[in-house]
Amino acid sequence: MSSKNPADSPACAREGAPRKGFSRRTFLEGVGIGAGAVGAIGTAKPARADSNDPVGPGPVAITLNINGERQDLEVEPRVTLIDALRNQLDMTGAKKVCDRATCGACTVIADGAPVYSCTMLAIEAQGRRIETIEGISTEDSMHPVQTQFVENDAQQCGFCTPGLVMAGKAVSDRSSQPSMADVEAGLCGNICRCGTYVGVRKAVYEAARA
Amino acid sequence: MQNFEYIAPTETLSAVQALSPDAGVTAVLAGGTDLLSLMKERIETPSRVVSLRNVRALRGISKKGGGLRIGAMATVQELLDSNAAAGYKSLVQAASGITAPQVRAMGTVAGDLLQRPRCWYYRNGYGLLATHEGESLVPTGENRYHAILGNKGPAYFVNASSLAPALISLGAQATVAGPDGERTVDLADLFQIPSSESERENTLSPNEIVTEVTVPGGTSGWKTATYEVRQRQLLDWPFATASVALRVRGGKIADARVVLGHVAPIPWRSSEAEAALNGQAPGEAAGEAAGKAAVAAATPLSGNKAKVQLASVAVKRAVAMAG
Repeated sequence: MSSKNPADSPACAREGAPRKGFSRRTFLEGVGIGAGAVGAIGTAKPARADSNDPVGPGPVAITLNINGERQDLEVEPRVTLIDALRNQLDMTGAKKVCDRATCGACTVIADGAPVYSCTMLAIEAQGRRIETIEGISTEDSMHPVQTQFVENDAQQCGFCTPGLVMAGKAVSDRSSQPSMADVEAGLCGNICRCGTYVGVRKAVYEAARA
Repeated sequence: MQNFEYIAPTETLSAVQALSPDAGVTAVLAGGTDLLSLMKERIETPSRVVSLRNVRALRGISKKGGGLRIGAMATVQELLDSNAAAGYKSLVQAASGITAPQVRAMGTVAGDLLQRPRCWYYRNGYGLLATHEGESLVPTGENRYHAILGNKGPAYFVNASSLAPALISLGAQATVAGPDGERTVDLADLFQIPSSESERENTLSPNEIVTEVTVPGGTSGWKTATYEVRQRQLLDWPFATASVALRVRGGKIADARVVLGHVAPIPWRSSEAEAALNGQAPGEAAGEAAGKAAVAAATPLSGNKAKVQLASVAVKRAVAMAG
């Protein structure tokens, strides 16, 4: 890390932490990140899911199904799903790390399969059932994969964790008796730089059987 | 990423029309696993993106006339899950080499075939031929993953497709739709070694799309296999791949097809390896001879001599597995 200020490093960002009231994000929005979106309201053309007419490059009205809830938003065609989630819907669980379909930190589930949300356009996420880390637990109870992450000490810095939890959930959704090889294959699209793989595999293996 | 206008037609013809040169620089979006990264790096800067996700005619995998039809937009996961494709051993093995479930879920069969080279010079903006001040950076540069065959220049990248060697060894054809209708080409002829920066590594016009890949009937009794020599078991491209298809009659190989991947700017059919196999009993000895023949004419670069041996081993093991 060449960052001079430790507070700038991803490991120090607290975006994934539960928070009430004030947050770094609401602060940033107040400072002006939200201004672009405010300026765009009223100019968007709706994007029909099956249109033979082009839309964009300006903002386009789209509808997404996130964690079972309808979300209406306006995005330029170039906006990826992770940017829509993080910057517009305030769902900052999925992490943007490599942004090149390699590291898996941005993993969400689309129609039951894990996908890299950095490499799906938000406009292309229409018509798909999207599950994010925000939707798999409640205030009172964690998803079995999350519980087993705790039990198996399966995280260190935590930056890869939301993506690994979602990839692990996809494994456990697909089979209640995955072999360790199935678990490894299901998690191989996610990289952990701290090297928590042993605990993560065990957590997913046990969560599927829970 | 440069902004663009987006269009997602429902018909193949509408998609082709949307790719008209009048629309400026266009790009075809299938699964997006390659295109979006290229756009973020500004290697691709389309002013219009034509998504194929709503074109139903491009989907599905099914048996067809004793063979197999794979829609261009069928995903790698659909290929792996397909009952119709399950008997095509070498093809399923090749698809298994695409390991990340996220890429399997989004990446498409045609997208695998038409992904751009992974050459790091290309990916860093030096163009397909990796030139700087009129000379290619590859021969004297970092070239351990580059070509060992078909590398007389000016192209040194390797074709990155996982599925092309297996499909070509099975005699597959691609159907291509353009403004004047459809044409069918041998899949091998979809690829070319570019001779200048104005050419691509495939023979499609900018307003053409691949609509489906078909494997003809007649190879069902053949023995096939794909073997990848890999640095890591998961989440990486192989050093070298070999796909073989062998017709065995009376204990001898009567007809052999050997196609290597990741060793040349195109999927590399080795007539030398095929000649070494014909008339031999299938097995490891024949495979070893074929492996040696496959790389006999290899011309490694300064940093990739190891790939010669690895490509040879890929052929040997694929033949042994098929036997």
